[in-house]
Amino acid sequence: MSTFRAIVFASVISGFVVGLLVTVVQQFGTVPLILKAEVFEKAAGAHQHDAAAQPVAAGHDHAAHDHGDHDHGAGDHDHGGAWEPRDGFERNAYTAAANVLTAIGFALLLAGFFAVRSGATGTSVSWHEGLLWGLAGFAVFTLAPSLGLPPELPGVPSAPLLSRQIWWLAAVLATAGGLALIVFRRTVPAAISGVILLTLPHLIGAPDLANVETNVPSSLLHQFVTAVTVTSLVFWTLLGGLTSAVFARFDRGATL
Amino acid sequence: MSQSQLANAQVPARITLPVAAGQVGRLSQALMAMVLGVFVIGMVGFSHIDVVHNAAHDVRHSNAFPCH
Repeated sequence: MSTFRAIVFASVISGFVVGLLVTVVQQFGTVPLILKAEVFEKAAGAHQHDAAAQPVAAGHDHAAHDHGDHDHGAGDHDHGGAWEPRDGFERNAYTAAANVLTAIGFALLLAGFFAVRSGATGTSVSWHEGLLWGLAGFAVFTLAPSLGLPPELPGVPSAPLLSRQIWWLAAVLATAGGLALIVFRRTVPAAISGVILLTLPHLIGAPDLANVETNVPSSLLHQFVTAVTVTSLVFWTLLGGLTSAVFARFDRGATL
Repeated sequence: MSQSQLANAQVPARITLPVAAGQVGRLSQALMAMVLGVFVIGMVGFSHIDVVHNAAHDVRHSNAFPCH
């Protein structure tokens, strides 16, 4: 089996398992809070945008979440007319599928590193080292970006989407680079530049609205930040440990 | 690929060229897989296409990806 195939097989298997497990965790953690926030979002939308909300609200419950109430300048923001999964089973099925795909995507990244690493050291990456890589993924993809852009609930206005996506990506790249400098180059200058890289995106600052008005209660927002962070921690530790174990199996099969 | 990995696994010190060649092949294959991973994440988490956004809505919020 080629390295590429070993990576893809390991990623699909562990991504599938972790994606489904995280879907279950989300049903208790984040999803109830999203649904609660949508009640507030819908109330605000119905109040301010009667005409806009009417046609979509008639068909689907979830359709009221049509973003008409916070199209802050960006013209590409009206999702009112597009297809949406129906609330209940259909919506959760798409959530599960998206979770599995997300997990496979991140597993491909992890397993790619495992392949390079085990190729360089000559020994396969253990589940424990994989778990540490997972923790690094948690720091890079969750902790760092959400310092500047806290997990958002529906119905809370925020800066234009593209600017936030660009900052998110910059924070991810800077954090990954900073951690890599500190972990893999054990010199003082590298450590200093690593720490500078880690702090840089936060010194620049995430795009933010000057004035945020929402009727979503702040207690709900706080609960959501905690739920997202803990769910993500579970996701990354599971994904790191499992992907490294499965990849080591396929890769050993490839070399022996 | 599997032949060069075989050389890699047994690590005879005198054969250095196949090991190096195996490393390059391994690196490029790993990079290919990682590009694929970035593509999948980008599609599910960051695509501006409405239908993709709506299908992955709860996942985007739950992963703290920028949404809306």
